Amino acid sequence: MTMATPYQDRDMAAPALNPGDEPYFEAAKERRLLVKRCKDCGEYHFYPRPICPHCFSDQTEWVEAQGTGTIYTFSVTRRAGPIPYAIAHVTLDEGVSMMSNIVDCDLDEIRVGQPVKVVFKHTRENWMVPCFTPA
Amino acid sequence: MSIKGKACIAGAFEHPLRKAPEHSVAQLHAECARGALADAGLSKSDVDGYFCAGDAPGLGALSMIEYMGLKVRHVDSTETGGSSYLIHVAHAAQAIAAGKCNVALITLAGRPRSEGSSGTQPRNWGANLPDVPYEMPYGPLTVNQYAMAAMRHMHEFGTTSEQLAWIKVAASRHAQYNPNAMLPKPVTVEEVVESPMISDPLHRLDCCVVSDGGGALIVTRPEIARSLNRPVVNILGAGESPKDLSGGRFDLTTTGAAWSGPAAFEEAGVRPADIDYVSIYDSFTITVLLQLEDLGFCRKGEGGRFVADGNLISGEGTLPFNTDGGGLCNNHPANRGGMTKIIEAVRQLRGEAHPEVQVPGCRLALAQGTGGSIGTRHGSATLILERGE
Repeated sequence: MTMATPYQDRDMAAPALNPGDEPYFEAAKERRLLVKRCKDCGEYHFYPRPICPHCFSDQTEWVEAQGTGTIYTFSVTRRAGPIPYAIAHVTLDEGVSMMSNIVDCDLDEIRVGQPVKVVFKHTRENWMVPCFTPA
Repeated sequence: MSIKGKACIAGAFEHPLRKAPEHSVAQLHAECARGALADAGLSKSDVDGYFCAGDAPGLGALSMIEYMGLKVRHVDSTETGGSSYLIHVAHAAQAIAAGKCNVALITLAGRPRSEGSSGTQPRNWGANLPDVPYEMPYGPLTVNQYAMAAMRHMHEFGTTSEQLAWIKVAASRHAQYNPNAMLPKPVTVEEVVESPMISDPLHRLDCCVVSDGGGALIVTRPEIARSLNRPVVNILGAGESPKDLSGGRFDLTTTGAAWSGPAAFEEAGVRPADIDYVSIYDSFTITVLLQLEDLGFCRKGEGGRFVADGNLISGEGTLPFNTDGGGLCNNHPANRGGMTKIIEAVRQLRGEAHPEVQVPGCRLALAQGTGGSIGTRHGSATLILERGE
């Protein structure tokens, strides 16, 4: 029997933005998750880039994701920091996967394949980043 | 053009220190270079090609060439993390085949143990990284990246912690014969799965050690290698392959070895069943399991059953691996395991491994590395070596 491991808010590193990353993180401050889609080949990609990694077109656009997906994989890191936390790769319903944290739940109950929905958490320097919680 | 038959490994040296607070990193590189040259029976003035990776301080190759007083006509600082040194051997063979150098020196050294850096701390890769804004806030560490690969493998294929533990058990059984090993005590499956959970599902004993130290190799023309008073090790084939998150469409149960392995086997003209000994990079137990599958020693998903029950133990199983104790028990200099994988493969082919772990009649060996992180982006490299006549 493992004891429940309740989620605790974590001191999250600020995203060190490169030029071009601002729309994603400004939207996150408004609790919206943006992804990039290519106008030429129609494919989504993550992390967002100005040039499509599939067809190399420079015609990429920001689109708002539905904010729902499933957990591709995860790990509860128990002995590397002051508190346990759950890192994960979440496959969005748009078909692309992104690194994130699973939050606002018992970390011991997280499962691969679990449906999740986006929530937003504060980082240092007053940014916010998308995280996911069981749907 | 193939590198098969074009070059040999003529010298190998592993630094005996596991903690080196009194040594500079440059000094460790130079001591390893001296050791490998002495092993080969060559001198510094014979070296006309130099290879190093991101562990070399300062301007890398340029700083180390100056420090050691080398005069070279070929330089290669290919950086693929811990697998760099396997690629350096292949690139050295290519350079020799193309007439760009005759005696190539490859060095690795570092002091993460003295400097207090390990897989449970965020790596600082510097500014301008395109992925960092989308990953760093989530606390990615070396250990939890590999843990996510293990978690997915368990989900897809039913792999168990006990099966992964057998990889550590095998390494520890070999390490007991290595007087320099950091963890020379044999461990049991129970001890591995009952060790503290670091990041689900990887326990402390699923992780490699953190050590100082280093190693070096000499790669040279066959005619020079045969003129030296040491057993000849032929380079038969090599492969290299990056693998990454592919714009958000990826799987974490396959490594780049699925591409570097077949390329190396094809160039060497041999099959997995022909291999007598394998050195497999073992940053974590899961790293070994994934690479064994991808190299074709068993089918994808069957790695757990393949490594169980001592199948990797020399003298007991069908595929003896990491007979020096590997990164899991011996050492992991500079947090990079590729160099020591090659060195133990050379020992096996020369018949110079410890008698308790020496594979009888070892003729063909494979060394395999991944560098970076299999949870995000990594470089895989495969090297197939043969005992020469």
